[in-house]
Amino acid sequence: MRRFAELYAELDSTTATSAKVEAMAKYFSSVPSSDAAWAVQVLSGRKLKRLVRTGELRALATRESGYPDWLVDESYSHVGDLAETIDLLLPAATISADDAPLHEWIENRLAPLPKLNETERAATLLVWWRSLDHGQRFVMIKLLTGSLRVGVSQRLVVQALSKISGIDTAQIAHRLGGDWKPTPAGFAALTDPDAGAHIDQPYPFFLASPLENEASTLGESSDWLAEWKWDGIRAQLLRRDDNVQLWSRGEERLDGRFPEIESAALQLPSGIALDGEILAWSGAAPLPFTALQKRIGKLKPGRTLLEKCPVVFLAYDLLEQDGIDLRALPLSDRRQRLAQLLATQPAESPMRLSEAINSDDWRALAMLREESRQRGVEGLMLKRLSSTYQTGRRRGDWWKWKIDPYTIDAVLIYAQAGHGRRSTLYTDYTFAVWDDGKLVPVAKAYSGLTDVEIEKLDRWIRSHTLERFGPVRSVKAEQVFELAFEAINASARHKSGVAVRFPRILRWRGDKKIADANTLDELRGLARG
Amino acid sequence: MRKSDLIELRAEGLYCPAGDFHVDPWRPVADAIITHAHGDHARSGSANYRAAAVGLDILAERIGDGAPIQPLAYGERVQVNGATVSLHPAGHILGSSQVRIEVDGRVCVVSGDYKRAPDPTCLPFEVVPCDVFVTEATFGLPVYRWPPMDEVAAQILAWWDECRDASRAAVLCCYALGKAQRVMAELAKLTDRSVQLHGAMLRLTERYREAGVAMVPGEPVSESAKGRDFAGELIIAPPSAAGSPWIRRFGNASIGFASGWMQVRGNRRRRGWDRGFVVSDHADWPALIDTVRATGAKRILPTHGNTDALVAYLCEEGFDAEALHTEYGGDD
Repeated sequence: MRRFAELYAELDSTTATSAKVEAMAKYFSSVPSSDAAWAVQVLSGRKLKRLVRTGELRALATRESGYPDWLVDESYSHVGDLAETIDLLLPAATISADDAPLHEWIENRLAPLPKLNETERAATLLVWWRSLDHGQRFVMIKLLTGSLRVGVSQRLVVQALSKISGIDTAQIAHRLGGDWKPTPAGFAALTDPDAGAHIDQPYPFFLASPLENEASTLGESSDWLAEWKWDGIRAQLLRRDDNVQLWSRGEERLDGRFPEIESAALQLPSGIALDGEILAWSGAAPLPFTALQKRIGKLKPGRTLLEKCPVVFLAYDLLEQDGIDLRALPLSDRRQRLAQLLATQPAESPMRLSEAINSDDWRALAMLREESRQRGVEGLMLKRLSSTYQTGRRRGDWWKWKIDPYTIDAVLIYAQAGHGRRSTLYTDYTFAVWDDGKLVPVAKAYSGLTDVEIEKLDRWIRSHTLERFGPVRSVKAEQVFELAFEAINASARHKSGVAVRFPRILRWRGDKKIADANTLDELRGLARG
Repeated sequence: MRKSDLIELRAEGLYCPAGDFHVDPWRPVADAIITHAHGDHARSGSANYRAAAVGLDILAERIGDGAPIQPLAYGERVQVNGATVSLHPAGHILGSSQVRIEVDGRVCVVSGDYKRAPDPTCLPFEVVPCDVFVTEATFGLPVYRWPPMDEVAAQILAWWDECRDASRAAVLCCYALGKAQRVMAELAKLTDRSVQLHGAMLRLTERYREAGVAMVPGEPVSESAKGRDFAGELIIAPPSAAGSPWIRRFGNASIGFASGWMQVRGNRRRRGWDRGFVVSDHADWPALIDTVRATGAKRILPTHGNTDALVAYLCEEGFDAEALHTEYGGDD
């Protein structure tokens, strides 16, 4: 495992993706495939089965360290990572006594741990903890607790595999999908140049840029297609041969999650590729993003969920028809074909056209944009009718014209230490507004401050703490922040009666007093539904 | 806070009523005893200063404005009003001291910042038996345990070599006073190659050389020709240089940070350091506990850092511990 611990340290010591890909490629091509297979498994984010309860690890580490429970807890909350905390608390060997390979560790040492009784397990773990060096012990405990979190994604693992094999990344991503197994044969299959025929892959997505100038600077409004900017997940739907594939923008397969879309799309002729948005939908309007989130997380949704949160695919572009790539055609032509194609669908089908918005001029469009909130959309999309379907974020032909976020002033009342790289600072904040002379929490926010502000606020929090509840500190009500939200919904689950979507800090209002903060009534007034 | 502590917390800093002087005050006072020259302990504006004779010129430069500083040899006892005062090495940086205060046979030691690990740039920490021990707690959690310095120095050299092989510059950020010179002194045991120095390091490093500290040779970055290629060089710079326009001249450099905070991955990743080297001029957890025990003091007053954990732990261990909320910082 020494080689794997070295790889981990190397990945951990750079933020450059090229260096990470390079390090993994070197590892994959220099270790036996039995080890490389497991490295692919854990680095691409596939967790090992939880082998030991974290509570058990924590108790064992506490006993071995000789420190009181609370001091180990305090250390854990300071470090933010259990494996790292244990490794830092216990003395380690200077040089590991044995160097069993990664697959030996995972298959023959770690995997059998659940079969032992707790006493045997403790004895086994202690032998390892006392004989491994810091690097290997840390990685070993990381493996025990699940994910490695070393800033590597499946995408980077795929790039590294592509680098050593010369095989296209989409092909490797495809091979790595579904029921891939971390065995020598599995690893060989990933990088075998002769295996597998042509596989399907999505077209690279064309991405819109935010519109920063007045819309009128774009020329005549009649040269542009206007659509609502949907708040769902962007996806490509490939209808090929006898199957349907859904790909997210991150080029991950979404198959299985949205069966109603897949079965409706099967009714379409083969050889087409659609670009569009998946949304939870009810009647004539989209459901809030929170409804869609329930579906994203479920690989095989049950009947109740399917009924409660039905989804639709709103198609806005046709990239391929009869197996022919249409991306070089002007958007007006592609839209016409798309409309004809979807016209054959029954009204209740989840395969729908993202409608064009008709308006006389930019002014009329700007007024329609004001309706975005009531319609549950994020604003407008503007696409040049004569444009081809391009690759990536190219400025000029696709613009997103989003509505301004809601903003309120709120008071900082609780703070909690962050996780991972923010674990030693208070970076997770809870904000409150006034309700009947009391401050009630309405939003948690983590982002929006600069590093310098975060450190300044951290010092302020430490010196203005009123009470501590585990990792959370309540602080003196004194600091006012301007927060932005995308949406505010009535919510029975929240004590305040409102739930905010994507709250973030706009600025630290050192100039405001807490009496200047907004009230809950004002917030409710903004809430929809 | 009790009279028997011999020291108390006032708005302007730690104050000894019997001696009518302050130790490391953060506001101007009449009579200040300074433990060491770091900015959070040595502030300008006081009428009169006392400090260790060693490294006095560094302190004088920091305080500026020509204020009188009365030098004290380590161990030299002086009477200050009703208190007998002496300074003893703290092992933190060149000239760092602990302040021993004796009143009517009772002894309080204010240790400032200190470490127990060997450091070729300064005298080692001296255990001064006392009744009341005022201690820092910068790294007051048991996850902070320093690796041996020779191991870390070897890591720094290996990183420099890696960068040389890859034709990149290696920029090591660390505090300009103390840490930079300690790193250069440790490197001198392993190599005689020159390092490149940021302007903030130059005068201080010169003072260390004058004090007889052996270090690798240093060349000022500022004297290099415009557009010079720094590939393969080790550049030592203060942490504030990271992300500044100054550092861009080194191109695709690997940026490291030498600090005790680098013991925890989150600290390194938060600031995006490529490499973290665990080099601290403060006591780690075992050193804090060992030192508290070694002084023989029953009354322990942690001043800055993670005082909560240290106070709670010491109380469980049977000490009479209480935090003093001072304004000293946690830089390392």
